Amino acid sequence: MFLINCPFCGERDQSEFSSGGEAHIVRPKQPTELSDDEWAEYLFMRKNIKGIQFERWNHVHGCRKWFNVVRDTSNDKILSVYKMGEKPPVNYK
Amino acid sequence: MKNKYSLFSLIKNAFSQHENWQQAWGNPEPKKEYDAIIVGGGGHGLATAYYLAKKHNLKNIAVLEKGWIGGGNTGRNTTIIRSNYLWDASAGLYDHALKLWENLSQELNYNVMFSQRGVMNLAHNLQDVRDLKRRTHANRLNGIDAVWLNTEEVKKFCPIINTSPHIRYPVLGGTLQRRAGTARHDAVAWGYARGASDMGVDIIQNCEVKGIKRNRDRVEGLETTKGFIKTNKIGVVAAGHSSVIANMAGLKLPLESKPLQALVSEPVKPIIDTVVMSNAVHAYVSQSDKGELVIGAGTDSYVSYTQRGSHNIVEETLKAILELYPIFSRMKMLRQWGGIVDICPDASPIISKTNIKGLYFNCGWGTGGFKATPGSGDLFAHTIANDEPHKLNAAFNLNRFVSGDLVDEHGAAAVAH
Amino acid sequence: MPNYRIHKTEYIDETKRVSFKYDGKTYFGYEGDTLASALLANGIHLVGRSFKYHRPRGIVSCGAEEPNAICQIGSKKDLTEPNVRATELELYEGLEASSQNCWPNVKFDIGGINNFISPLIPAGFYYKTFMWPKSFWKKVYEPLIRLSAGLGKSPTEPDPDIYDHKYVHYDVLVIGGGVSGIIAAKMAAKNNLKTLLVDDKKILGGSTIYQNNESIKIDDKLSSEWLKNEIQEIKKLSNLTIKTRTSIAAYHGYNFLLAKENLTDHLPEEKKQNKIRQRLWKIRAKKVVIATGSIERPLVFNNNDRPGILLSNSINKYLDYYGVTCGENIILFTNNDSAYETSISLHKKGIKNLIVDLRKSASSELIKQAESLGIKIYFNHVVTNTFGYRKINSLEIMKLSEDGNTTVGDKIKLSCDCLGMSGGWTPMVHMHTQSGGKLDFRDDDQVFLPKENSEDQISIGSCNGDFDLENIIDKTVNKINKFLDIDNQDYQETNIICSKENDKRNIWLLPNKIPLGKTKCFIDFQNDSTAKDIKLALKEGFRSIEHVKRYTTTGMATDQGKLSNMHALGIIADTAGVKMGTLGTTTFRPPFTPLTFGTLVGRNVGKFFEVVRKTSMHEWHVENNAEFENVGQWKRPWYYAKNGENMHDAVQRESKAARDSAGILDASTLGKIDIQGTDASEFLNRVYTNAWSKLAIGKCRYGLMLNEDGMVYDDGVTTRISENHYLMTTTTGGAANVLSKLEDYLQTEWPELDVYLTSVTDHYSTASICGPNSKKILNKLFPNLDLSDENFPHMSFKEDKLENINCRIMRISFTGELSYEINIESKYGNSLWKMCIEAGKEFNLTPYGTETMHLLRAEKGFIIVGQDTDGTMTPSDLQMDWIVSKKKYDFIGKRSLYRSDTIREDRKQLVGLLTDDPKEILEEGAQIVSDIKSKPIDMLGHVTSSYFSPNLNKSIALAVVRSGKTMKGQKLIIPMENKNINVTVSDTIFLDKENKRLNA
Repeated sequence: MFLINCPFCGERDQSEFSSGGEAHIVRPKQPTELSDDEWAEYLFMRKNIKGIQFERWNHVHGCRKWFNVVRDTSNDKILSVYKMGEKPPVNYK
Repeated sequence: MKNKYSLFSLIKNAFSQHENWQQAWGNPEPKKEYDAIIVGGGGHGLATAYYLAKKHNLKNIAVLEKGWIGGGNTGRNTTIIRSNYLWDASAGLYDHALKLWENLSQELNYNVMFSQRGVMNLAHNLQDVRDLKRRTHANRLNGIDAVWLNTEEVKKFCPIINTSPHIRYPVLGGTLQRRAGTARHDAVAWGYARGASDMGVDIIQNCEVKGIKRNRDRVEGLETTKGFIKTNKIGVVAAGHSSVIANMAGLKLPLESKPLQALVSEPVKPIIDTVVMSNAVHAYVSQSDKGELVIGAGTDSYVSYTQRGSHNIVEETLKAILELYPIFSRMKMLRQWGGIVDICPDASPIISKTNIKGLYFNCGWGTGGFKATPGSGDLFAHTIANDEPHKLNAAFNLNRFVSGDLVDEHGAAAVAH
Repeated sequence: MPNYRIHKTEYIDETKRVSFKYDGKTYFGYEGDTLASALLANGIHLVGRSFKYHRPRGIVSCGAEEPNAICQIGSKKDLTEPNVRATELELYEGLEASSQNCWPNVKFDIGGINNFISPLIPAGFYYKTFMWPKSFWKKVYEPLIRLSAGLGKSPTEPDPDIYDHKYVHYDVLVIGGGVSGIIAAKMAAKNNLKTLLVDDKKILGGSTIYQNNESIKIDDKLSSEWLKNEIQEIKKLSNLTIKTRTSIAAYHGYNFLLAKENLTDHLPEEKKQNKIRQRLWKIRAKKVVIATGSIERPLVFNNNDRPGILLSNSINKYLDYYGVTCGENIILFTNNDSAYETSISLHKKGIKNLIVDLRKSASSELIKQAESLGIKIYFNHVVTNTFGYRKINSLEIMKLSEDGNTTVGDKIKLSCDCLGMSGGWTPMVHMHTQSGGKLDFRDDDQVFLPKENSEDQISIGSCNGDFDLENIIDKTVNKINKFLDIDNQDYQETNIICSKENDKRNIWLLPNKIPLGKTKCFIDFQNDSTAKDIKLALKEGFRSIEHVKRYTTTGMATDQGKLSNMHALGIIADTAGVKMGTLGTTTFRPPFTPLTFGTLVGRNVGKFFEVVRKTSMHEWHVENNAEFENVGQWKRPWYYAKNGENMHDAVQRESKAARDSAGILDASTLGKIDIQGTDASEFLNRVYTNAWSKLAIGKCRYGLMLNEDGMVYDDGVTTRISENHYLMTTTTGGAANVLSKLEDYLQTEWPELDVYLTSVTDHYSTASICGPNSKKILNKLFPNLDLSDENFPHMSFKEDKLENINCRIMRISFTGELSYEINIESKYGNSLWKMCIEAGKEFNLTPYGTETMHLLRAEKGFIIVGQDTDGTMTPSDLQMDWIVSKKKYDFIGKRSLYRSDTIREDRKQLVGLLTDDPKEILEEGAQIVSDIKSKPIDMLGHVTSSYFSPNLNKSIALAVVRSGKTMKGQKLIIPMENKNINVTVSDTIFLDKENKRLNA
């Protein structure tokens, strides 16, 4: 079980959090303008990266805030944590 | 078959102290070119190669496996086999597989220990009852043997279940498929490998795919740790790593790879002679031929390729087990492990062409792919050989995520295992 | 009775005699014994039968690695426990144990016949046979195979014992209380680090604690004496917590470890009662020191599995710790120095013994000592066979060739009653690998060692491959200082004298004149896998260690290969001609030793299995004969069985009363979300399919919420309380998920919106009163409230007080009747309910449960999300196009409604069904067809809701049917198992289509 450093509460056990999957998939501002393919891309298609993934977590049994995490999915090491709206750290790109 | 297995061959070999057995499958180095390459040497991949060779007269085939065959989810799952799915498309697919299972040991001349001990799904609330009855009715009309059992019948069929009305979520009934059961997981991979190898398929272990060579919209070959291999048909059956291979071809798939854990107890004398699954009190259990209780439950919620999950899942699973089987409290967990399961948004698989010519994907089996192994291999082989899906896997195409025609097996609360 | 207890030790209390039963016979041991040491003291070696061949097996070891001595403990149906290692179980008065996997008994076992047909049943034989004739599989072969499963027996009644969990955080966790662990713990704790030291044994000290060889000294004392002193020292340290009888089970990522503390397993039955049996420690440690030691290896030779053959060091421990000798004429077979310690110790206690050593020669302090004592040593010799069925009585040795590949010369037959074997030592790297650490291979003594130590964990002592005491202490001190970044000087002056091993020779499969195929050289004792099984697997093309393991079942027994994995690897490497280091190991999976299910679950069993959520009115419902339905975690009244009536009768009565006069429902479980902020209206616009901006203050509106994939997700009524304040209701089961989803969108997609969400589900209780007389009841409760349709119309909201307590009253209806929902702070919920009941008495106000609620709403054609929908229904499928705003630019799920398959006309759509026989009630879940004869049968849909309506005096149902919208009036068939039911597609609204009753 990971320890996740909630940017609002500090380090807590993973069981307090829920995962929201890949981050930075922005909901299209004008969905009606999209083709079925483009909409499906937003809705379902995921990078599902093995390696460094930018993802969303929610401190669901804590402050209930959503935030972003950089995690290596090949070893579950968390490399960075940042708030929603903040720029993702560049050194992991 | 050059090396037929039977009681007679065992006796014969006993006289030579078993020193004259032949290799079950070969260990070749890759050729420069193949007519078709299957990426992934699990049960599904090996079955695909087997049926390609057997039914589609393709002989120059290779299976590439980055580790050892059957080492992924084939060798890590809880081996439940059933076909009592809700939707017609799923029922068609899984019952096709079940029919192949029923003759698989003879087909492969390899005893896969397919044990039709029955699989029972329990209902614990009124919506469970509606959902399971709906499924039972659909199964019956689809020709799949499924019967509804009331609580007393559940108890009679599996007496160790706690059917007291006073537990937190009492058992309100269940649905039973008697033809369902379990099989010996490793044997499935080994049996298909032996059968395929016998027909000339090259099974190449410790060979990892590093890249897919494309010429515009068609594939030309694979970059591997054993060099470049030319081919114009690539069938990817890489389970948890499907997205990794897809990314090499510039494709994204509607998949997330998540940890799924299982555990076994120490071996004990026969105590449960069927498979019992429960969705609301989330756990499933059967007993292996060695006597171990084989137990599993749901996945973790996050993407991970570590083959490890979180401890709390194990704890929750055993909590559910002790709620339904309080007699197991003093049993001991012998071994726990994890696999990586690739999950589609609708909990149904993908057996499909892609928009790249010659590139086919068989993935998204989530937590329940083992049961489909023979059917999946057969239908994927058909799809690769004909460049068109078989009618039984037509619904499991990639386009359904665009058009919205999902095969949503979540809907009926069918535990997908 | 023979007595093999030959001397006194401080660990055995001979004043406390303990009686126990083994296989029905009573024996005696002493406090301090394990079951194994007590059995050995009584001369009992034979304790079980192996899994496959049912060969007689004896105690092999003295710890967690034991493959053979596993017993059934107790005979009570609820308390019996299978597969308990006798080597770990502390003896207590009244202990009952029996041997497993044998019938009729361990001495004469019918299954032993398998030993004679063993040539026919090599590794994996079952994959090759039992296939013909096919029909025999299910009837003959499979039942036989399954009959042979298992070792011990599961309990058959629920466990009465209590288990517990404890969460702890430490700066440093030290695993293992041997000499290196003790030093590490002392250094850490003295440096102000909060430290936890755990050890699986009853006392600390590892194998040093009973060490008594004069050639091994620390500060001029026997190493055991020095260590006892250290233990006294560390017990005084306030920063240090010491937990004995506590074993680490699993080492997960982020330094999260699980440990099992045994609290009562060593106590007599009467002292166990009402105590916590085992406790699971959930440990988070900043740093972990692994000091788990090493396990002695067996040697692989023909018939190396007879009772009386033990690990050499175990013989030593039984002697020096328990005071028990394993024989009177012992042979020690070794490839290293450690067996010499055993030999010398035996010699000093007058036990005849000799040594067979693989090595051509060897020199060290220990060997000199043995030689000077006149102990006979056969260097460069190998045991080639052993004899004795139920216990070893003799063996043969032969000389080894120069290269060690064959034997030469004549057999020498030696008699003995016990054989100790030592094939070297295997560091216990389990914890290191479980934590994610990698391994290196050291050719020198053929061991896998922790490759690198991370910032978070370190291995010290013999689990790190440091075997002699000087090495262990020096390295431990240096490594711990560095690892913890401290500068501890306690051991700077410590003076250590010990024997140094200079000579090594390892042969994984010992040579023999007999062809391998005719030998039984066991590798995995419990699972009966032999060297020839490994070779067979390799011959058949199984190359990977994982393949060989699975094909031969090596390492898969209850000891998880602690004694066998290295030999399997070694033989594979030798046979395949590859280096062991490149083969790698199999994965070391948790737990380290088998872990009780009950311990893992802790207190979360029975009534603590899962939280029960009850409304404020719950007690009233119980008192009034409510039967409850589980909805999520909530208990909701299902129906009230008045005067012992059955459900059908109750529901008919309740339904009729609600429509004829008045009914009352506890609606407290519906999810309630308080929504505030200047953008609240815009937010609702985005999350519901319909428009919200124009909803007037004090008005209510029904909303449908979709998933982004266009499928109906939840529904409920939302009330505008003030300009920027709404109260949303959700379904009972969906409440938590809806809140999460809304928060997700708000925080991540629309952070610019000024909206605040608060769950108030638990803060308000809700009584819903419906029926033509509901207004009169409301009037009695709220006499000052103007209930006229003009002032308080349908779908509107008022606030008023009930005895000075604020109430929120909504005039909304899920039944189609005139209906009011009264919300009050939860603590007044029960009073509110009782006041309603009191006020309603004269109107026959009838409490009704969820079943009646479902019936009443079905009469009106209102859907229940989750019952009439299943995650595949769009609003249009539900014939609810009216609720989907055409004007709104966007809302969650909108885009998905225009995909090629979501706009299809032939989707499944919600319809009503009427049975031709109005008394016939359809089964919910039943499938619907139009043509019973088609093959395959074409299922059009299924029945989602079905009831007998007392108000219409006929059966009604809702269903989803392919192209249902166009099928009104069409005849369809419900094919049941024993009959076909004819139905006609109808409107979904069965009653009061004009909504007259809402304003009755």
